[in-house]
Amino acid sequence: MTDMQSNAQSHTLSILVENNSGVLTRVAALFARRGYNIDSLAVGMTEDPDVSRMTIVVFGDDAVIEQVIKQLYKLIEVIKVVDLSKEEYVDRELALIKVAATSETRAEILQIVEIFRAKVIDVGSGTMVIEITGGSEKISAIEKLLRPFGIKELARTGKVGLLRGPKDTVKEK
Amino acid sequence: MTKNSAEQMNGAKAFIESLKKEGVDTIFGYPGGVLLHIYDEIYDCDLRHILVRHEQAAAHAADGYARATGKTGVCLATSGPGATNLVTGIATAHMDSVPMVAFTGQVTSTLIGNDAFQEANITGITLPITKHNYLVQKAEDIPKSIKEAFYVASTGRPGPVLVDITKDATISEFKFSYPEKVEMRSYKPTVKGNAKQIQNAAAMIVKAKKPVIYAGGGVISSNASSELYKLAELVNAPVTTTLMGMGAFPMDHPLFIGMPGMHGTKYANFSIQDSDLLIAVGARFDDRVTSKISSFAAGAKIIHIDIDPAEISKNVAVDLPIVGDAKFVLADLIPAVSEKIVAGKTTDWIKRVDQWKKEYPLAYKDDGSTIKPQFVIETLCEVAPDAIVATEVGQHQMWAAQYFKFKQPRKFISSGGLGTMGYGLPAAMGAKVGCPDQIVFDVAGDGSFQMNSQELATLVANDIPVISVILNNGYLGMVRQWQELFYDCHYSHTDIIDSVDFVKLAEAYGALGIRVEKKSELKEAVQTAIKSGRPSVIDVRIDRGENVFPMVPAGASINELIDERKYGGI
Ligand SMILES: Cc1ncc(C[n+]2csc(CCOP(=O)(O)OP(=O)(O)O)c2C)c(N)n1
Ligand SMILES: [Mg+2]
Repeated sequence: MTDMQSNAQSHTLSILVENNSGVLTRVAALFARRGYNIDSLAVGMTEDPDVSRMTIVVFGDDAVIEQVIKQLYKLIEVIKVVDLSKEEYVDRELALIKVAATSETRAEILQIVEIFRAKVIDVGSGTMVIEITGGSEKISAIEKLLRPFGIKELARTGKVGLLRGPKDTVKEK
Repeated sequence: MTKNSAEQMNGAKAFIESLKKEGVDTIFGYPGGVLLHIYDEIYDCDLRHILVRHEQAAAHAADGYARATGKTGVCLATSGPGATNLVTGIATAHMDSVPMVAFTGQVTSTLIGNDAFQEANITGITLPITKHNYLVQKAEDIPKSIKEAFYVASTGRPGPVLVDITKDATISEFKFSYPEKVEMRSYKPTVKGNAKQIQNAAAMIVKAKKPVIYAGGGVISSNASSELYKLAELVNAPVTTTLMGMGAFPMDHPLFIGMPGMHGTKYANFSIQDSDLLIAVGARFDDRVTSKISSFAAGAKIIHIDIDPAEISKNVAVDLPIVGDAKFVLADLIPAVSEKIVAGKTTDWIKRVDQWKKEYPLAYKDDGSTIKPQFVIETLCEVAPDAIVATEVGQHQMWAAQYFKFKQPRKFISSGGLGTMGYGLPAAMGAKVGCPDQIVFDVAGDGSFQMNSQELATLVANDIPVISVILNNGYLGMVRQWQELFYDCHYSHTDIIDSVDFVKLAEAYGALGIRVEKKSELKEAVQTAIKSGRPSVIDVRIDRGENVFPMVPAGASINELIDERKYGGI
């Protein structure tokens, strides 16, 4: 048996699946049943209406990730799995952050928003909703800076990713 | 019927037509409300429907039919409790990779999710115990789903597929046509092995001085026994077969070394531990085989041939994987090996293995005062050497595996992965239905037999002459054995003596019942049952305290076996 802790790290898996009802359950249940931990999961349509893409961030060493990928392939509706982390890839996540804002703190918050090239998409009495897109680290960073003002609510989409350049997930082996 | 001459029919009729297109001849089933339309079609169709007395038995019977014939087994149950009663049978088939299609009725599509009468989310429930499943809510989706279900169940690593059909889908009408081909871009199992890997494997094999072939159920599912035989003789390597692989290699062959693992032979386990090359074919390094994994075949390089990529390096890190169907891979491997093999390379090794065989034979003590279970199995083997032997789960199962000398595949039918008590009788029924010309035994324990004994009614009603041989020790024997060896003889809830008079039970169902209390009565009883041509139950009162040996205690290495000698006898 391999040493589970040896080279454990986060892997971003891009999974193309048949766009059938129930496929999300199958994938999620597989992770639960086999004891793999999902850090984030994002699912949505692709250029082909019959195909959905799931982007799953999972933590594990190479042996575990290899098992995860093989087990995913055993699901009849899984078309393709690529471990983006092994390739050149881009990824983004979107977060909405509702932060407490008073007349004293508003200017400071706006400054942070600007530095991070985020957007204010709603202003209410005593709150602002900020939209931020970027890598997970960037989102964590702005979250940390906004926390002292009082984060009321936070929603993150989970990561989505694609291979860089002309390669696409289906043809990638 | 072709695509062009599409005929208008309802979903229930389409269900029957689709099964016929798949070449199905037998369904094991049980009716209910949502299946009324389907049963109305079954009423005068030319498929054989066998009405079981419990849906669990329908699933096991379909499974036994599949294991004995190699064809996909079919069972049918109603929604809710009917469907949940199938669950144990589906899980059993899943663990042992048995091709099976289980059909369930579902409540009308508009009621789904409303906790309707007899609604159970059976696709959800069976998600982790099926290879795939379908919820069919429209009549016109029935043919395609059935086509795919049979394809998925029987190809690649076989397994059970469930098709859940709503009542309204069985009622509404459409123009039936059956798809000619399956098109599934996401499901394409690998059949041929990688040519380079096969060359590499051949190179490892010809270099090995102490090879062992470790063959599992995959050899049987892929019908690769003759290829395995050729490879073993070519390499002159000893062969061990797992519980699931029993009969994949003739057990009377000089190269056969018995079963590996917990209740394997000493010489199989010693051979594995001392080998320099382990050639695993269609086997999955189950913990009942490997026991302490870090010391399993520690000095050996491992070649692993398996159709399921996910089995490669799942439990044991392998040196050379070959993904593919065992029959195809072995067929390619044999010429590659024979090109380079040097005769006589394993002669010393075979001598050593034979020495172990002599020194540590599978044996039991018999002073004639009681009926030893091992003797019962030997007698069955003597009277009907080519019989199909289904088993329940427990000590009797292990004795059957150890002492019946199977010479052919698809003769030993046993729940290996899940270890399901109650499997044997209905599985034997399925096997007998699939192979009516063969003698079929259910080697049973007195505990297990009571888990599906209601199927005696099915056997009698349908004139299916299965012979149940109960190794009656009045105990949940396998559990009692563990209590004796590891729990200070605290026999907590394992004494079930005099549960029922099995002879009267058989007679109550209209079957033949015979009791055997003396060794001398046994053979005749078996012969009488065979000659009777009737479903029979032979209640054999065996030595109550007999244990299964040798045995690898939990957590030990497989060469650290205990046996009667070391333990001091009973
Ligand atoms: C459905 C089920 N319940 C419980 C067990 C656990 N179990 C394994 S063997 C065994 C005893 C079986 O007794 P019996 O059928 O009389 O066989 P014996 O071991 O006495 O030959 C039990 C309870 C099981 N395997 N299956
Ligand atoms: Mg018993």
